[in-house]
Amino acid sequence: MTLAPGANGVDVADLTLINLTKSFGDFIAVDDLTLTIPAGSFFALLGPSGCGKTTTLRMVAGLEDPTAGQIMLGDRDLTSLKAFKRPVNTVFQSYALFPHLDVFENVAFGLRRRGIKDVAGQVNQMLELVELGPLARRKPGQLSGGQQQRVAVARALINNPGVLLLDEPLGALDLKLRRQMQIELKRIQTEVGTSFVHVTHDQEEAMTMADTVAVMNMGRIEQMGAPVDIYDLPTTRFVATFLGQSNEIEGQIVESSGDELVFSAYGQRFGVPASRSVVDQGPAYLGVRPEKLGIVPAGQADSVAAQANQVSGKITDTSFAGVSTQYMVMTSWGDEWIVFEQNRSASQPLRPGDEVVVHWLVEHSFGLSPQV
Amino acid sequence: MATTTSTPVAATSVSTQRRPRTGYLLLLPGIAWLAVFFVVPIITLLITSLQAPVPGRSGVYTLGFEVSNYADALSAYWPQFIRSFVYASIATILALLLAYPLAYFIAFKAGRWRALMLVLVVAPFFASFLLRTYAWRTILSDEGAITSFFNALNLLPDNRILNTPIGVVLGLTYNFLPFMILPLYAALEKIDPRLIEAANDLYARPFTGFRKVIWPLSLPGVVAGTLLTFIPASGDFINARLLGSPSDSMVGTAIQVNFLQFRDYPVASALSFILMAIILTVVFIYIRRAGTEDLV
Ligand SMILES: Nc1ncnc2c1ncn2[C@@H]1O[C@H](COP(=O)(O)OP(=O)(O)OP(=O)(O)O)[C@@H](O)[C@H]1O
Ligand SMILES: [Mg+2]
Repeated sequence: MTLAPGANGVDVADLTLINLTKSFGDFIAVDDLTLTIPAGSFFALLGPSGCGKTTTLRMVAGLEDPTAGQIMLGDRDLTSLKAFKRPVNTVFQSYALFPHLDVFENVAFGLRRRGIKDVAGQVNQMLELVELGPLARRKPGQLSGGQQQRVAVARALINNPGVLLLDEPLGALDLKLRRQMQIELKRIQTEVGTSFVHVTHDQEEAMTMADTVAVMNMGRIEQMGAPVDIYDLPTTRFVATFLGQSNEIEGQIVESSGDELVFSAYGQRFGVPASRSVVDQGPAYLGVRPEKLGIVPAGQADSVAAQANQVSGKITDTSFAGVSTQYMVMTSWGDEWIVFEQNRSASQPLRPGDEVVVHWLVEHSFGLSPQV
Repeated sequence: MATTTSTPVAATSVSTQRRPRTGYLLLLPGIAWLAVFFVVPIITLLITSLQAPVPGRSGVYTLGFEVSNYADALSAYWPQFIRSFVYASIATILALLLAYPLAYFIAFKAGRWRALMLVLVVAPFFASFLLRTYAWRTILSDEGAITSFFNALNLLPDNRILNTPIGVVLGLTYNFLPFMILPLYAALEKIDPRLIEAANDLYARPFTGFRKVIWPLSLPGVVAGTLLTFIPASGDFINARLLGSPSDSMVGTAIQVNFLQFRDYPVASALSFILMAIILTVVFIYIRRAGTEDLV
């Protein structure tokens, strides 16, 4: 499925980056990136500050020349096309609205540059979509942050780009408006059907909005996939901690016969499914998400199923948050673990100082390579 | 203890009451300066421009209401007025053409050389205006490289630059160029360079991006720069005196000659007033047309 009909019958195509690299002097900002963004998908590029997200977008937009590699939209090679000729539009990190033009003219800018004379119909329709109709004659300086952000989206989207690039468009908004705009953006994307490449360093934003999330670190994609899949089975320690929270144990894989590997650490043995581990021998890390853990007082350890993985420890902190309780547990070897427990029973939460056993099902473990 | 807690409260209530008056006090030095050095001289000038000569005593005048001084001044010196405005206009246009690319370069491309380049722009001010204009006599002299070069190409109507209108216009352009560059730079420097990228992203070729985004946003600088060049250039007399022939004289020359040589103070004052009135009218129309309310 390379071509899907987008808004107004314009074809949206897969965006493919092939071995894309960008260096600034000795520093490699984007390192040999190869990925495909399917037509019409909502793709989130997630990573810490300085990992190369903006640089990647700028190369796709044509604002930065790649050091090496190729950018394809469908079967069109964009690599050496000038920015003003690319069927790609950007919502800039700081919006970059034209301060001397009103909302209407900002939105009409791209149409006029392509020689379209009668812009009023399209512009008004677009302003309708982003709910800015009544503000058409305002200058950007007279708009709130959220309104400016919607002008920036409208200004880019009106051109029916093959791909819309959004560089942390919600970064400047407060939390409440951010949540509202996330829903708004998602609605607009579904309505127009254009591919969105959304850059963010907010993992929750990436997971709630995107069909596909790519986690980027130091110029490379660490892992890419549907949010549920990446969350359920991270393949590097960076992803395990950057996307959501994880508890981990450092140890060795000592047995790898059959579907279940045996992982040994601090004289204890833990099970991990072979299909959920990226290493099958030698040094490794075992990981598990905090909400997959159960917690019982040390005295009731017998109630835990014998084949479950178990860690004993002592509670150092309890924070009650209504629907759930978050415990900090100091393991017997001195690591700090996080446990989320749903408040389903009427019993009182455990208290700091209580000796406990933390347990989880073998199929919730994941095995990682020791490199970060 | 009691004093430390009560003081801030008292201080705020006093300061909110006093703030408006303090604001006006800040204006006092400026108003005093303007009164002494602008309002008083201009009234003196107005009175002088209406004085009548004392018969038999040259250079001595009495209080009067000789409106005819204005008519005399205009009928005697209208060619100087026309030359002033033509030379000043050409010099302003030349200065704009030279200054805009330079200011653009300093604002967007100079990087770490920016401060140095700005210093170089104002560096000529370290030497006196008169001295620099004298230097131009040498630069433009008949045997000089520039004149020889253009003569070789047969481009000069009189085969020379010095003592021609071309010399005067070149001198004016040179002398007032910094007054064009600095406001242009100030306006361009405020423009977010990402707007250029946004324009390119929205299908504007580099030149279209300039025309639709950078140029309109730099207009306040263009207006300020052209005014700061045009106004002093149209009243200047040094350039016409040193780089032009007597037949290239400007209003400034006429005013200077009437004040200092002929000692015809009323006509000199009347000339000053007419010059001022024309400049004010031109500036008013210009600002109206340029539509930059936020400039003034
Ligand atoms: N023009 C440049 N010259 C030199 N280094 C640059 C340049 N642009 C970016 N870099 C470097 O490249 C790296 C990646 O920058 P980039 O702007 O892509 O980060 P980012 O992932 O968008 O970060 P953020 O989340 O903070 O916006 C950074 O370390 C940055 O310092
Ligand atoms: Mg960035």
